[in-house]
Amino acid sequence: MAFINTKTKEVQVKLVFVGPGRGGKTTNLEYIFSRIRHRIESDMVSIKTQGDRTLFFDFLPFELGAIKGYNVKTQLYTVPGQIKYNATRKLVLKGVDGIVFVADSMVDRRENNISALNNLKENLKFYDIDIADIPIVFQYNKRDMAMEGIPILDVETMEKDLNAQLKAPSFTASALKGDNVVPTVKKAISITIVAIREKLL
Amino acid sequence: MSYILDQEQLDGLEEALTTDLMTLGIQSVILIDMAGNVIVNLDDGKVRHDVYSLAALAAGNFGAVSAMASIIGEEEFSLLFHKGKSENINFTKIMDDFLLVSIFGNDVSLGYLRLKIDEVINKIKVLIDRTGSS
Repeated sequence: MAFINTKTKEVQVKLVFVGPGRGGKTTNLEYIFSRIRHRIESDMVSIKTQGDRTLFFDFLPFELGAIKGYNVKTQLYTVPGQIKYNATRKLVLKGVDGIVFVADSMVDRRENNISALNNLKENLKFYDIDIADIPIVFQYNKRDMAMEGIPILDVETMEKDLNAQLKAPSFTASALKGDNVVPTVKKAISITIVAIREKLL
Repeated sequence: MSYILDQEQLDGLEEALTTDLMTLGIQSVILIDMAGNVIVNLDDGKVRHDVYSLAALAAGNFGAVSAMASIIGEEEFSLLFHKGKSENINFTKIMDDFLLVSIFGNDVSLGYLRLKIDEVINKIKVLIDRTGSS
């Protein structure tokens, strides 16, 4: 639910990182935070379990700069990936403007990716949003695992599993190393801004 | 859904919140939407909170409490209030999509504040009802 403040010339946009548990959503935000912490006033907020898993969400706000005279404030959230936390996952999606789906490239996580995408579709439906109507970017994370001899899915398989119908922008990435994290979020923000501009400006 | 508030609406919201709440001597008042966006942020000039993080947490907290209410068969909990040693925080839902977060010290009576909040909510409803959305 993007909010446009005509008085302060400000647009607030909510971008949510979703995907299977242990897929690297929080790692994405931590990497982005490490890159921008010198120029933002806020800290990254994380509500975690004792075991360091996301319980509710991570939150990172930052200013993107001005577009058409409007200052864009982007609010990045993650949802908990674990299946049992669907109630909180659904809450974080309230008012979402754009999505980054962080898929796990490891072969044994293939079903988890598909389940997480189906769960996202259901949760969006709860808010009367069709997944085809919301800006979304896919990130095929943990590509670095191949270097350690861990079998990973090829990109064609992941595209076929997750992105065959949506044909959304997609990136291979390693959130741990920071590879393609920034391009992923930049793309997500830009297509979200375009969608909002088409609706409102 | 996206929505726009124009200058006249935002001026009206600021004026109502200043007149009805800030003059009570409260520390700050933040009007947010349930997505965690900050619509109006007023303070007494003595504090410097991280308003955007506060808004995200307030929206999440309110959503979680509403979900708990639903699980036990309540439509909602009417009083959402956290008491600290010196500062307190009160949440008030406005229509379905907005939340008023008031932060105040022990020198302000919660009962009187809630009365004033009830008054200002009616003004806020009238102002927000004219919102353009898509």
